[in-house]
Amino acid sequence: MSAAIGVSAARARLSRRGSAAGLLRSTGPAGIASAAVIVAATVLAAFGPLLAPYNPDLPDLGLAWIGPTGGHLLGFDFEGRDVLSRLLAGAQSSMAGPLAVVIGAMALGTVIAVVAAWRQGVTDTVISAGLDILFAFPGILLAVLAAAVFGAGLTAAATALSIAYMPYVARVLRGAALRERGQPYVAALEVQGASGTSICLRHIVPNMLPLIVAQATIMFGWAMVDLAAISFLGLGVQPPAPNWGVMISENEPGILQGYPLPALAAGLCIVGVVIAFNVLGERLFERAQGGLR
Amino acid sequence: MPELDAVLEVTGLRKDFGSLVAVDDVSFRVARGRSLAIVGESGSGKTTIARMIVGLERPTAGTIAACGQDRSRPARSARDRRRRGAEVQIVFQDPYTSLDPRQTAEQAVDEVLRLRHGWPTDRRRARIAELMGLVGLDSRQTRALPRALSGGQRQRVAIARALAAEPRVLILDESVAALDVSIQAQVLNLLADIRDETAVSYVLISHDLAVVRQLTDDAIVMHRGRVVERGPTAQVLDDPQDPYTRQLRESVPRPGWKPSRRRSAPVP
Amino acid sequence: MTGAEPLLAVENLTVLLPVEGLRRAVLRDVSLEIRPGEAVGLVGESGSGKSMTARAIDRLLPRGAEVSGRITFAGADVNELAGARLRAYRNQVAMIFQDPRAHVNPVRRVGDFLTEVLRTNLDVPAADARRRAVDMLAQVGIEDGQRRLRQYPHELSGGMLQRVMIAAALLTQPALLLADEPTTALDVTTQAEVMAILDDLRRDYGLAMLFITHDLELAAAICDRTIVMYAGQVVEVRASELLHGDPLHPYTAALAAARPDIARQTTRLQAIAGRPLSAFEAPAGQCAFAPRCPHAQPGCVAAAPELTAVDGGLSRCARVTQLRGHLEASHA
Repeated sequence: MSAAIGVSAARARLSRRGSAAGLLRSTGPAGIASAAVIVAATVLAAFGPLLAPYNPDLPDLGLAWIGPTGGHLLGFDFEGRDVLSRLLAGAQSSMAGPLAVVIGAMALGTVIAVVAAWRQGVTDTVISAGLDILFAFPGILLAVLAAAVFGAGLTAAATALSIAYMPYVARVLRGAALRERGQPYVAALEVQGASGTSICLRHIVPNMLPLIVAQATIMFGWAMVDLAAISFLGLGVQPPAPNWGVMISENEPGILQGYPLPALAAGLCIVGVVIAFNVLGERLFERAQGGLR
Repeated sequence: MPELDAVLEVTGLRKDFGSLVAVDDVSFRVARGRSLAIVGESGSGKTTIARMIVGLERPTAGTIAACGQDRSRPARSARDRRRRGAEVQIVFQDPYTSLDPRQTAEQAVDEVLRLRHGWPTDRRRARIAELMGLVGLDSRQTRALPRALSGGQRQRVAIARALAAEPRVLILDESVAALDVSIQAQVLNLLADIRDETAVSYVLISHDLAVVRQLTDDAIVMHRGRVVERGPTAQVLDDPQDPYTRQLRESVPRPGWKPSRRRSAPVP
Repeated sequence: MTGAEPLLAVENLTVLLPVEGLRRAVLRDVSLEIRPGEAVGLVGESGSGKSMTARAIDRLLPRGAEVSGRITFAGADVNELAGARLRAYRNQVAMIFQDPRAHVNPVRRVGDFLTEVLRTNLDVPAADARRRAVDMLAQVGIEDGQRRLRQYPHELSGGMLQRVMIAAALLTQPALLLADEPTTALDVTTQAEVMAILDDLRRDYGLAMLFITHDLELAAAICDRTIVMYAGQVVEVRASELLHGDPLHPYTAALAAARPDIARQTTRLQAIAGRPLSAFEAPAGQCAFAPRCPHAQPGCVAAAPELTAVDGGLSRCARVTQLRGHLEASHA
């Protein structure tokens, strides 16, 4: 009895609704560095095409594969386009794709998790079974199916990934939602006559925010890798549109011919951003779990 | 006795969890102006009864009526739930999880007021001030988040929130058990004052016989789901008839008390 | 059973902990002693420092704790112990906690848990260790020990598990038992049973015990002496039987008076204004209890009172000689 209260007292002390800056500081130097990388990538995504020093789309085969010279810091790709400009322009679709996936998966997953946790019983059993079935489909498989049915492109790929990721989100959030649902303050509101919807929207979801943010952050990294792979396979963003995944695929022949830079540069961009999201996401996740325990 | 005299009437209440009978044929009534204690240890079924009365659990059998209105089955509509909220409210044991950590005391009570009444902001604010004054919280505490409040202060907020519904019956589910002795005394005094001022009836769920004595007029003793003894609190505590009640009474530490081991095998 | 030499002596123990980034005092100048075979109660509310004192004695303070003062056990400085000597110390000083489930591995059987210390620290052969475990379980009132050894913790009730913890604590034949609110989470009937077991076994084995609780009467039931703590300090030490009739500190009297009486209902309980403070919250340079004390005078906030000997006990009240006789704690 009292031991449980001691634990929840500790939990109350730990869960601090401090400022975002305070939250960031608490993730340590690795977390702060990751956040900086993410901010940089976001800025590039927003303003990339404007920042590009040269035209990212105009091919000039006479310049193909030439290494870094003059104002072209990263040289030229297989079609003679400036690699740096192409990376900057490509940031947009490379970041927007995962963003769409995360928004879709998190929104859908949160709703499903909260509904399952609130209603429990048969609803929960059915939803959990449905999620189990969805777990059987890896994201890339669904994306390939979507491409076969709806044609290749970012929209189909992003939608397919959203659906594939949603069960992970729902699984994690359902646990947290169940915990909140079991709290006495929720029971007190029920006794007061508050509706399930209002309790879920105004109390349960807000108290799950740290976990939701952490999950979304980690998921961004996964989505970026998967979308890059899908684009690499030719099923996502179509060439000649600039996109980091597409760039790896287009310039891959160069690696064996002794011109690795274009493909590697694109690969490093992906890796850098994904690591940043992973590191920050895991730190946030730890904090969210710590607050819950 | 005419039914209108009873603010809470429970008849033949039963709750099964699978094969486990948690509450077995429990009946009692709380007369207007009086407070009842439901005494028991863990596994006695006392908390399950409380949860059934406020609608958090559904009885397997039996009837519950508050202020003459039946509530044996779950409420059908939001309006029904709100009406029932004005009849019976509850304050839970753990001050650390009884409040939404993201809401100030003021917001918690305001939410309840907005749920019940279509009052304008200033009228709500006035009522909040009234309720906070009733439970002894100052303006700093009213605007504070739960993490800035002590256990005793949080329980006061929980009490204010419950009273915002103006219930006839307030169930106190071990509501002072988690508080320090000196704070417990403050809150017990507060509860007595509130009762004087609002004529609310308490149903105190507790294992602490001294608190039961202090706060209630009548008591029922529960053991493994059944009522084993009932009567005026003073009588039940001073002259217990049932062997379990006697054992309970004997187990309370007091000056000069020496614990002794039972002869029979311990209950697992 | 009282020897001249104390078994455990705590002298001027001050502990600072990092709390939300700042170093805060949780224990301030705590001194106490326990003689061989003596049962001492340690009573206080939240922030009193009672649990922290036990943890300091058992070297279980959280990381970042700053400790000053001395803790001596059988003459040796506890904070200087390391390695084998520290393990030997832990065999001599056993601790049981409020929530047994938090201190036992749920995926291991009860038998493994009970025999582990014997087998690893004391090199007792497994069969021997099991036999001793079964014997000890019988002593704590668990008759079918063989069956219980094979069970998992979740199969036992709270009261049962606490008895198992007591058995585990006694298996190494310690000289001192630290009991940190061992019955607070138990039903009152189970509590009575566990208290009786503790009392009996303590006498049988000649154990010294430090019994920590928030319940004055509970401590008085099985402890010869009671120490009362407030805001990280010792405020009173008294023979248990005298504590109610003749307390030596207004806080002790107020604590006892604040409890409702099972024998009668009063119009109003004698509540103490304010709330119990931790050491770092209490005002320095004065009596920590003065802001809440009904007997406080200007002298009480002018200087921090010392612990003085009064009639076989100790009191940290500057006005104790004047107030004696007017502090009766028992209900009239």
